[in-house]
Amino acid sequence: MNENLKQICKDIRKSIINTIANAGSGHTGGSLSAVEILVVLYFKIMQIDPNSPDWPERDRFILSKGHASPGYYCTLAKRGYFSEERLKEFDAVDSILQGHPCMLKTPGVDMSTGSLGQGLSVGIGMCLGRDKRKMDFNVYVLLGDGEMQEGQNWEAIMYAGFHKINKLIAIVDCNKVQLTGNTEAVLDLEPLTEKFQVFGWKALECDGHNISEVVKTLEGAKESSESGPVAIIAHTVKGKGVSFMEGKHQWHGKAPNEEERKQALAEIDSSK
Amino acid sequence: MKIGEMIAPRVAFGDALVELGGINSEVVVFDSDVGESTQTARFGRAFPNRFYQMGIAEQNMVGAAAGMSTLGYIPWVSTFAVFLAKRAIDQVRVSIAYPKLNVKLNGAYGGIPTGKAGATHQSVQDIAIMRAMPNMSVWVACDAVETRQMVLESVKHRGPLYMRTVRCPVPVIFDDNYKFEIGKSYTLTEGNDVAIISTGMMTPKALEAAKELDKEGIKARVIHMPTIKPIDEEAIVKASREIGKIITVENHSMIAGLGGAVSEVLTDKAPCYLMRLGFPDIFGESGDNEKIFSKLGVNVKNIIESAKRMKRMNT
Repeated sequence: MNENLKQICKDIRKSIINTIANAGSGHTGGSLSAVEILVVLYFKIMQIDPNSPDWPERDRFILSKGHASPGYYCTLAKRGYFSEERLKEFDAVDSILQGHPCMLKTPGVDMSTGSLGQGLSVGIGMCLGRDKRKMDFNVYVLLGDGEMQEGQNWEAIMYAGFHKINKLIAIVDCNKVQLTGNTEAVLDLEPLTEKFQVFGWKALECDGHNISEVVKTLEGAKESSESGPVAIIAHTVKGKGVSFMEGKHQWHGKAPNEEERKQALAEIDSSK
Repeated sequence: MKIGEMIAPRVAFGDALVELGGINSEVVVFDSDVGESTQTARFGRAFPNRFYQMGIAEQNMVGAAAGMSTLGYIPWVSTFAVFLAKRAIDQVRVSIAYPKLNVKLNGAYGGIPTGKAGATHQSVQDIAIMRAMPNMSVWVACDAVETRQMVLESVKHRGPLYMRTVRCPVPVIFDDNYKFEIGKSYTLTEGNDVAIISTGMMTPKALEAAKELDKEGIKARVIHMPTIKPIDEEAIVKASREIGKIITVENHSMIAGLGGAVSEVLTDKAPCYLMRLGFPDIFGESGDNEKIFSKLGVNVKNIIESAKRMKRMNT
């Protein structure tokens, strides 16, 4: 199974490079860092049905770091929410694939996001609604580490911790790099795990590129979240899989040119 | 509710919300620790399982309401207008208006009357801000009767709406036959010398002014405009064509509120003379409401003077 997921990650990384290169725009670094998390969620963990994106009992997913839309769309397409052919429309006028996710336009998108810091609160609201309806799904929210600088997140973390909101799992794609530089230099977040803990959350850490670790951590989080909110600090590398992009803030929101595209695809192909 | 009775719209809002909660079990209410002031605490006492105390955290409150609406619930989010229309406006924009979620926003303490809290709590830009937001409908309640009807009507409107109420007691001007309809204005007095278009708590003042003007032989057509968006273009164009002299009155900045909305319609469809009574582009201050209204030039006396000036103008 994990070998299969590994191949899917490879395919999606190539798809991200092609999608962004084709559009000439998009956020490369933060899409590549989130690939394993997205793939494990959509291909192993979440209860979903791509043929019925609005199935009421489905698990919910919110991409709070909305700029990682290329990674999200490539995953949704690969999972069968829409044809992979449509990825060519990314960022184009009249497209269902906007620069940042729009729930009214894209099948499978549970919430519109883009302005950072808003996804976790919405996730809390989904949990409140679910509990009131006596339904049973899980709510997953993917955040960026830079995004944790937004104050609204801490309002949400305080609320969910105090009220022991269950079946809410926040995953922080901790790639250590934001738009203008390294997160520790821009505005350091550490100790992030402890911060979640003192706000009443269970907090786990994992290597966000090691598939079996991501699977194990998410499965553990699912179980623990029965009694309160769980955060996963997933340690990742910005631009993961393409040597000249890795760890470089310059690749936060830049599209590869033709030469860079070819090189990136070759590297991903030849990776183990 | 008797005509002339003084009732604060916030109280009418609190009562109406309880009434709505009894009719519609999908209605839930979100508060950020101001429920005793905005009167949503009444709902909390009546339906504790449908009342969410979010603490002093407006951004999280707005986002949580958005999330809850995706499960089919109808959240009413209530706090002071200043905080809803400013502090949490990006959450309103991205988490509610853009995805067109079915969330209702109550901007309590609209305009100058805030119990002497002063400039930081006086919301004089909220209509302008909410009006500029795609997918957002903007309702400004006048008296207790209209406030109640708006609250009951809110669940029939699918999508985001911003409703504005005031803190201070306002005379009841409508009787039981009044029926609020989205996008519809109400002509309260007939006249062809000047049109006075007013909204919210300024409509009783416009009526008072019209009464005084009538004594001096000036017939004013008072048009009450409860929905600022979508606005009743037809009534505005009609007033322009038939009278050609319009005054707008509002408990809001002169920039982009009711006066702005009316002037946009006139510019596009039927230009005529327009005088806008609203607050100048300054921050307010603490003090007696009526004294501030008078200091800022938005009171009965100012409406009368403006109408007289308008009457003298040659068209």
